[in-house]
Amino acid sequence: MSVVDDISFPAPRESGCPFDPPPAFRRAATRISLWDGKPCWMLTDYRDVRAVLSDRRFSADTRNPAFPFLLPGQQQLRREKPNFLRLDDPEHARLRKMLTTDFLIKRVEAMRPDIQRIVDETLDAMVGHGSPADLVAEFALPVPSLVICDLLGVPYEDHEFFQRQSVRLLDSTIPPQDVRAAFDLLIEYLTDLAATKHAGSTGILAKLAARDDLSAEEVANNGLLLLLAGHETTANMTSLSTLVLLRNPAQADRLRAEPELIGGAVEELLRYLTIVDTGLPRVAMEDVELSDGLVVKAGEAVLLILSMANRDEELFPGATDLDVTRDARRHLAFGFGVHQCLGQPLARAELQIALSTLLRRLPRLRLAVPFEEVAFRNETLIYGLKQLPVAW
Amino acid sequence: MHVTVDQDRCCSSGQCVLTAPDVFDQSEEDGLVLLLQDRPDPALLPKLRTAAALCPGGAITVAAEQVEEVEA
Ligand code: SF4
Repeated sequence: MSVVDDISFPAPRESGCPFDPPPAFRRAATRISLWDGKPCWMLTDYRDVRAVLSDRRFSADTRNPAFPFLLPGQQQLRREKPNFLRLDDPEHARLRKMLTTDFLIKRVEAMRPDIQRIVDETLDAMVGHGSPADLVAEFALPVPSLVICDLLGVPYEDHEFFQRQSVRLLDSTIPPQDVRAAFDLLIEYLTDLAATKHAGSTGILAKLAARDDLSAEEVANNGLLLLLAGHETTANMTSLSTLVLLRNPAQADRLRAEPELIGGAVEELLRYLTIVDTGLPRVAMEDVELSDGLVVKAGEAVLLILSMANRDEELFPGATDLDVTRDARRHLAFGFGVHQCLGQPLARAELQIALSTLLRRLPRLRLAVPFEEVAFRNETLIYGLKQLPVAW
Repeated sequence: MHVTVDQDRCCSSGQCVLTAPDVFDQSEEDGLVLLLQDRPDPALLPKLRTAAALCPGGAITVAAEQVEEVEA
């Protein structure tokens, strides 16, 4: 069990199916070595992943010297005041609580008509430009972008700037100083925006800026987390899900015939695609025993491979196949424990509305290029597509 | 059947509200779980078990019946 393998993140998928987890992710607990030579446990078992994520003896704090960084660029982003994803309770809880009411189930449910309008208008524009189109640029990215900009109070007019910088921030192939530069530009942008928003305007950024107990740095760091999370994940889930459905026409037909299946189908797509699949990093604060007698010692780092956990055959029989009628709700695509994705009600609503509207309004949607030519984003920390040329 | 929630463990994910809206709600002030009824209809047991399993904070406990503690 103590084999040391070198592994790079994101791990390449070339030889396998582009929807399956990278072949380098193996099914047993493995001792791996990261880019800086740091040893780390790679855990893939559903029970282990879930146990670690819900165990407060594991820390998510990037200021811990043992914290495993997947890339040199990430290490450069180590901050005095990290966003709440990178803090433990009680600091994490304090910051997260400021945002929970913005993502209440009821709040998000009330946003559905607005999301539907955004989806319809975006689709109208894409159809208006004529077939073929790039579904990423004309639909999958603008929809969540418009939604999160509205919610945060960030002007959508600036989307080209912050989308370009966000892509650089998550790119594993550019030099660390360029990642840092992208980060600084985004922070500067959000700091300025928060300062001007302070006076009475709406949106989460203004709400945070108006608080006395948050520094400008905390406002910008947490604003950036929401901006990034709101874009990259939902946009990539929308485009990848569309591609998967085009590759599984029987499943798409089933969804067209029974639109009420969309809620479950989105859970299954989240499970099957698990786009945050580079591994969630944690550090053990005490010795902890996991399944099969594996003991992670205090101070040891672990990476939790969500995509492998979500292919657990016991929990999801036939896990390597997409089945939109499966009960997949126990998937870990949003993580688990206190850090489980705050925006998941919003992500669910957006995906359900975007995909069902697409299926309904463009029943003849098809790939406009051979599947082999579809450009996957394998170099970023969130899996997705660069482009998705479609016709209808 | 008896349901309990621990607000200290709740991280306001709303999984419980999505799964069993007759039994759980979220506070409008802070998003924390609110228990609407602690002895719900036994027919809801499967849903409540799902809610407990999905709760990322481990904040929900469902006891199907009072079981006597047996010393091992
Ligand atoms: S599922 Fe758990 S963490 Fe989420 S709101 Fe309900 S009790 Fe709180």
